[in-house]
Amino acid sequence: MFATFMIDQLDALMLARIQFAFVISWHIVFPAFSIGLASFLTVLEFRWLKTGEPIYAEVYKHWVKIFAVVFGMGVVSGVVMSYQFGTNWAVFSDKAGNVLGPLLAYEVLTAFFLEASFLGIMLFGWGRVSKRMHLASTAIVAIGTLISGFWILAANSFMQTPQGFMVGADGLLYPTNWLEIIFNPSFPYRYAHMMTAAFLTTAFVIGGIGAYYLQSKKHVEHRKHGRVMLGMAMVMAIFVAPVQVLIGDMHGLNTLEHQPVKVAAMEGLWENERGAPLVLFGIPDQKAEKNHYEVKIPYVSGLILTHSFDKEVKGLKNWAPEDRPFVPIVFWAFRIMVAIGMLMVLVGLFSLYKYFKKQQFNSDSVWFHRLWMMMTPMGFIALLAGWFVTETGRQPWTVYGVIRTAESMSPVAAQQVATTLIGFIVLYVFVFGAGSFYILRLIAKGPQPYENPADDNFYEHSITEGQGRTLSGDSNASENMESNSAKDNSTKNLDEPADDVEDGGLR
Amino acid sequence: MFNFGDVLDLPLIWGGLIALAVFVYVLLDGFDLGCGILFPFAGSDKNRSRMMNSIAPFWDGNETWLVLGGGGLFAAFPVAYGIIMTGLYLPVTFMLFGLIMRGVAFEFRFKATSHRYVWDTFFFIGSVVATFFQGIMLGALVQGLEASNRLYTGGPFDWLTPFSVVCGIALIIGYALLGSTWLIIKTEHKLQVWARKVSGWMLSALVVAMIVVTAFMYFSDIDALEGWFSFPGLLYLAPMPIIVLALFFFMHKDLTSEREYRPFLLTVALFLMGYIGVCFAIFPYIVPYQMTIYEAAAADTSLSFMLIGAGIMLPIILSYTAFAYYTFKGKTDHEHMY
Ligand code: HDD
Ligand code: HEM
Ligand code: HEM
Repeated sequence: MFATFMIDQLDALMLARIQFAFVISWHIVFPAFSIGLASFLTVLEFRWLKTGEPIYAEVYKHWVKIFAVVFGMGVVSGVVMSYQFGTNWAVFSDKAGNVLGPLLAYEVLTAFFLEASFLGIMLFGWGRVSKRMHLASTAIVAIGTLISGFWILAANSFMQTPQGFMVGADGLLYPTNWLEIIFNPSFPYRYAHMMTAAFLTTAFVIGGIGAYYLQSKKHVEHRKHGRVMLGMAMVMAIFVAPVQVLIGDMHGLNTLEHQPVKVAAMEGLWENERGAPLVLFGIPDQKAEKNHYEVKIPYVSGLILTHSFDKEVKGLKNWAPEDRPFVPIVFWAFRIMVAIGMLMVLVGLFSLYKYFKKQQFNSDSVWFHRLWMMMTPMGFIALLAGWFVTETGRQPWTVYGVIRTAESMSPVAAQQVATTLIGFIVLYVFVFGAGSFYILRLIAKGPQPYENPADDNFYEHSITEGQGRTLSGDSNASENMESNSAKDNSTKNLDEPADDVEDGGLR
Repeated sequence: MFNFGDVLDLPLIWGGLIALAVFVYVLLDGFDLGCGILFPFAGSDKNRSRMMNSIAPFWDGNETWLVLGGGGLFAAFPVAYGIIMTGLYLPVTFMLFGLIMRGVAFEFRFKATSHRYVWDTFFFIGSVVATFFQGIMLGALVQGLEASNRLYTGGPFDWLTPFSVVCGIALIIGYALLGSTWLIIKTEHKLQVWARKVSGWMLSALVVAMIVVTAFMYFSDIDALEGWFSFPGLLYLAPMPIIVLALFFFMHKDLTSEREYRPFLLTVALFLMGYIGVCFAIFPYIVPYQMTIYEAAAADTSLSFMLIGAGIMLPIILSYTAFAYYTFKGKTDHEHMY
């Protein structure tokens, strides 16, 4: 029923675009979160092993469980992505495959295997490998996420600002210079902006939850964890949020150079203008080619984009209607992202003020903590909004100026796309909804103390024997135990596998 | 930049590498999908936890071989990737649904207190669905796809034939055997005894399945047979039935003895035999019976650039994968499950 209704409304191309936007939007949320979390966990584990303070171990243990869930969801939604190009965009795959294929293959070879293998050791290997090796595994997973971001954003940026290729007589793209392809004009900005976005998104989640522990009456015993979490997040908000605004500005200038029509859509400018105004509010109307209910500040846009009062900014009318993106999405998504970016800077400034007054962890700082709590989901919203600007703004092209979206589609029937789209929606909402529920429940439970390491559940994940020490079937088990009790088991002893009953900490 | 096209047969190398990636995938994800297929029959919740824990540190790495297979196909044979994925649109998507269901079950099962059975069911159904559709895809490929002008031209349900369904069922049995022989290595006591018993049953079932699949191929005159029964092919393939029989014999013996590793290795050898047969039938096509690896190959510059990466990275990947398996050697336990 629903399927037939949808087909009446939309054709296969539209459905395929919706399907792609749907699955990639879910996917991007998880990797962005795991990019940030993996680095956060590396820092935590480093601090724990260096200082021996159990507090870091407790926070690590808490977040590593959440990380496992997030990463798992990132993997399953990512495997879907690697087949989407073929199922829905066969013509695009054929034409752009010579260039994009190798970039994605490099991502698998240099990043995915690395992450997947060391994730196993990171989650299950505590007590099996030396502490140093365990820290190294956490760090390798973090580096792996940064490498996968590198390749996938090189691929995406090539689609935005293609270079280093030629179009053959058969209409396929042929690579001519790999360095130009990878380091295409928008790549450095996009990579920097995206990685910073991932760190900020994660920081605001961690800080928000830290603030919640500091305020909640149910979590009095977690206040000390809340301090660590909020403290680390504040550093990010204070230093990285302003940097993000700067990178974003540079990213925008770069876009103005290479995709001026996208910038015109972001700014909601229809006519060429000198001293273009900043449109704060407006309802862009594609048909009438103007904005309704405009609220604007003169000169500001021109100032931001050209750094002068009288240089001309091109308006949308310079391009034929069929070469323009769908303006309302680009326009509004851009405003949402920038507003949140500014909000993050303000939160950073507020945090700095509180820090100098030494009130940042005070339970009297109710409004300060409430603000942080309110910010918890904001990173994700900005992230998705940013991607909607980028991708919708690139339309009607898949490879900008080279391959049109309309000619990228596989020869599949609308029914097939509609059926699988419904399948994806049902499955994703249920499965990732359940995942979010478990994450929320872990947060509600809070970090667990280590008074009795034998009851500890970090090893839940583990395939080792009860205490996490005797490995039945491992001929070294008894030997390990003897040498452990004989030696001094300070946390500094990094070359030994962990033995948490003695260490009393992370196990 | 970088072009080894004149000195190396790049399409052949990449065809071989992708075939290798797919085979490694079949073995590695085969045993963990197999554990999922056997999951509900393991008797107790503790046993199920043991099974889950025996594969938990590895499944992500195992599945990455599937990403390499798919990504490699995209990169090395873009047009074939497009045609095959369009032709197998529905089975591919259903396989992905299955992989999603079982992938999240790993993380969710131990987080759920009262709803654990939901994720147990997800794990089982997801594993069966993913395996079944992989088998269907294999069957559909052996039967061949219709294509012209670099596009798929068949219908949306061409993949659904009695033959492909039989292949789907056969693969479920095959993966279950990989899973049960893996469990012989990884478990002890009662669970190991059970795994041996199941391996025996699966072995018999596999004999039947192999006969049925061969009979189907014979009676539904599939083009693949030409490859098998033409002259050089026959010469290479003639010893195969004998080897397969020998493998079955040793396997049967091992299952009643104390051996722990050999049943798994013998199963791997059985899979290898079947896989060689399939490759033989399809070679040199990449889109079966429509496009050869040479017609579908990406530009030489692309293949060369990737070959550098693969040459450097594959040995490194294999060594840290081995390290990960080594780290988790030994028997698994049900304690403190996730
Ligand atoms: C936490 C997330 C976040 C925050 C706070 C911001 N952004 Fe952003 N932005 C992204 C997350 C993001 C993103 C999701 O990461 C995008 C999508 C693609 C990309 O490269 O980055 C993006 C794209 C993106 C683009 C599109 C470039 C293109 O497609 O060519 C521009 C012009 C900006 N950003 C500019 C800004 C400015 C001026 C910001 C601050 C005031 C800002 N962003 C804050
Ligand atoms: C490497 C990364 C990416 C690649 C290669 C890529 C590629 C594509 C392709 C092929 C399309 C189809 C064209 C169309 O639907 O109009 C598309 C559309 C789209 N993508 Fe991306 N994308 C990437 C990242 C993302 C991310 C991370 C997001 C969001 C979170 C995203 C959001 C969208 C949206 C919303 C559309 C639909 C745009 C529209 O139809 O107007 N993309 N992208
Ligand atoms: C269409 C584009 C995309 C494809 C085909 C794709 C593919 C995949 C696949 C297959 C995985 C699972 C890897 C594994 O098995 O471990 C994955 C995970 C990942 N992806 Fe994507 N992806 C896409 C877009 C993106 C984007 C835009 C980013 C952001 C920068 C990204 C970053 C990551 C990261 C960091 C991981 C590992 C962390 C995790 O799994 O949570 N991907 N992706």
